[in-house]
Amino acid sequence: MNRALTLLRRRLVGSVFVLLIVVIGTFLLLEAAPGDAVDAYIVSTGGDAGMIELLRHRWGLDQSELTRLANYLWALLHLDLGQSVTFSRPIRDVILERLPNTLLLMVSATALSFGLGSALGIYAGARPGSLRDRFLSIGSLALYAVPGFWLGLVLIVVFAVDLRWLPIGGIETLASDKTGLDRAADIAVHLILPVSALGFIYLALYLRMMRAGMAEVWRQDFVLAARAKGLSRRRIVLAHVARNALLPLVTMLGLQSAQMLGGSVVIESVFSVPGLGRLAQEAVASRDTPLLLGIILTSALLVIVINLAVDIAYAFLDPRVGASEAGA
Amino acid sequence: MSGFTISRRTMLSGSAMLLASTAIPTPGWVQTPKKGGRLVLAADSEPRNLNPAIVASNGVFFISSKIVETLAEASYDGKDGLAPRLALSWEGAADGLSVTFKLRDGVKWHDGKPFTSADVAFSALQIWKPLQNLGRTVFKDLASVDTPDDLTAVFKFAKPTPFQLIRNALPALSSVVPKHIYEVGKIEDNPANNAPIGTGPFKFGEYKAGQYYRLTKNTDYWGKDEPYLDEIIYQVLPDRTSAASALEAGEIQLAAFSAVPLADLDRISKVPGLKVITKGYEGLTYQLVVEINHRRKELADVKVRQAIAHAIDKDFVVKTVFLGYAATATGPVPKNDPQFYTADVPTYAFDVAKANALLDEAGYKKGPDGKRFTLKLLPAPYFNETKQFGDYLRQALAAIGIDAELVNNDSAAHIKAVYTDHAFDLAVGPPVFRGDPAISTTILVQSGIPDGVPFSNQGGYKNDALDALIAKASETLDASARTDLYKEFQKAVAADLPLINVAEWSFISVARDTVGNIANNPRWAVSNWADTYLES
Repeated sequence: MNRALTLLRRRLVGSVFVLLIVVIGTFLLLEAAPGDAVDAYIVSTGGDAGMIELLRHRWGLDQSELTRLANYLWALLHLDLGQSVTFSRPIRDVILERLPNTLLLMVSATALSFGLGSALGIYAGARPGSLRDRFLSIGSLALYAVPGFWLGLVLIVVFAVDLRWLPIGGIETLASDKTGLDRAADIAVHLILPVSALGFIYLALYLRMMRAGMAEVWRQDFVLAARAKGLSRRRIVLAHVARNALLPLVTMLGLQSAQMLGGSVVIESVFSVPGLGRLAQEAVASRDTPLLLGIILTSALLVIVINLAVDIAYAFLDPRVGASEAGA
Repeated sequence: MSGFTISRRTMLSGSAMLLASTAIPTPGWVQTPKKGGRLVLAADSEPRNLNPAIVASNGVFFISSKIVETLAEASYDGKDGLAPRLALSWEGAADGLSVTFKLRDGVKWHDGKPFTSADVAFSALQIWKPLQNLGRTVFKDLASVDTPDDLTAVFKFAKPTPFQLIRNALPALSSVVPKHIYEVGKIEDNPANNAPIGTGPFKFGEYKAGQYYRLTKNTDYWGKDEPYLDEIIYQVLPDRTSAASALEAGEIQLAAFSAVPLADLDRISKVPGLKVITKGYEGLTYQLVVEINHRRKELADVKVRQAIAHAIDKDFVVKTVFLGYAATATGPVPKNDPQFYTADVPTYAFDVAKANALLDEAGYKKGPDGKRFTLKLLPAPYFNETKQFGDYLRQALAAIGIDAELVNNDSAAHIKAVYTDHAFDLAVGPPVFRGDPAISTTILVQSGIPDGVPFSNQGGYKNDALDALIAKASETLDASARTDLYKEFQKAVAADLPLINVAEWSFISVARDTVGNIANNPRWAVSNWADTYLES
């Protein structure tokens, strides 16, 4: 427990710096993009010089970049994410509304790719070079090579348009007034297609890693020892080889979380899921700097927390890993 | 309203029969509309401010025109192309200094309070004139609104204002909001801007960001037996391809505003139970325009501009970029406008040889590499079609020895580059014609507009004669004299080419056969839908 606490403390201090760099970097990047929130807004309305000036003033865009950055950081220090210019609502509320959807999508897709990927990896790695191994490797690689939006569109055409088995998009049935278990089931049904589209892409990664890990573990002495003890092949594969090969996958899980977040931008658009990814895209298009900063901060925090959790889990899973080594 | 040019070409083309059957108006065709039902339709954007009195734009109207009503709505057969809504009649004084509106009796706001002339006065003076994107121009000389009784509102102008302009502006600019809700606090921060309260056939229900807007039936609506629908749900579908799939899967019953891309229309029109409708948008015509930066010395020469006009094959553009769902343009007023359009303007036939000759004449001979000069071309990114036309224009210019370098930006960057920084030589823009040239058309060529005003003359064009013509038309009170001046305006623009009008287009709706009373006015998608119904 002590070890975990040391790790936690050290990582938290590091995280604050990471977050600060992320915030300032994003702010400068968005400032470098031509056009501001008012330019983005008047695309759909038009307006005369007086109206434009009024808007710039209302949204605080007549202040210098430095003033705005300083104001933002000062507010952030007080845990205030500010007000979204396009939504005219507190950014905290806007983000909290979307976060659960993205988390649900990410966690389910990770569970799918990790669970199914490692299971298939064990299945394939148990008999390296066999027909099923080759079939699974090629199949998963093909999925990995497919762009996410394309896979999403194909799933929509087949399962929602032609077969009509599943809803075409959204996170739940619109304005259905469902509650409790009914609602949970409804959300689950809506998640099947987007989770598949997002999860299947990363399945190959876990499958290949598991398979490669197993191939390596196979050659270790303790496997020979286990075999010499006369254990069944099944028991050797599951209890000895797979278990040891699983460790690197846990590390991957942490690293992958950032990529999943990126992948969800596309999947959320294709399946009309109201999540953070789509919100980020809209924030960039509408040059809503504080909103985008809020989203980036949330995502960065999410990735940091996940990696921290992975590290702590790792420390428990593998007693050889000490706090000092997991610092990176 | 005269013939509908946007769809005429379509009707003559291959898939004509199917389209024609839905696009021809059916007067006298009586079917008793059914009551009840929930209409689910696609929405591709989520306007943050839903108050149409402040933001007069199609994106806002699409949703809030069902909740907040205007004084009058556009109509195919009404006098002057108008049908009464909150106002029953409107009359302009001969001196152009006042307009009198007689208002509808027995109308109630959604919160039960009565609608009166005080609400009209408040909306006009406190919102349309100082805050509304379009009203700030049209109502700039509005001095006061007298309310002799609850059902009469008299607009008083400080300077003579053409009644024709006010009349033409009514459908888009005259959304009336309740005084008792807005008189407290700052109008821009009023919570009703996000949950509008109006007099319309539907009440604002709820908004789930990223998911849907729900409007519910106003059981106390002034229209007899209206509305027919119980609910309208706008499903937010941000992806360009999802509206078509959602229609096919039966999850939505309507996709307006060309939510189904043109390229998918041919396929979708063959799906049983779905119909493609090109009517109902005549009052919302977009114009495909080549904007010109006259600060470039080559482009300041009218011969060069004429050469560019001759180099563009408008028929090809309509056929290829718009797949036939557009009409070629002759000048700054679209062909489908019933009041102002004239065909009697200088035209520029597609003629590459002539274009080359004009450029030679202007003194820009081809260099050894076959190029005369290089231009920066910025197509507006708001529509697929504006981007595709940018690609076409680049090729068309190459054919006459002008090397165009394409610069692609997103919307905010494009607006800034063209209208604030003037960092363009040619741009492709889609200005909107709003029923009267004085609302948002003359500004495209008029001089003296400050930097940064979007959809205005930011190309540095200055023509004193044209400016004088625009000024004169803006003060001319007699409707027919005013119309004649705008015909002259079209001629002058087509002759000197401050910008080049290439095509005119509007939107397409795709709907299930069960949706009734679609497209029965020229601004249907942004009208109140009191009579829209669903067959079970």
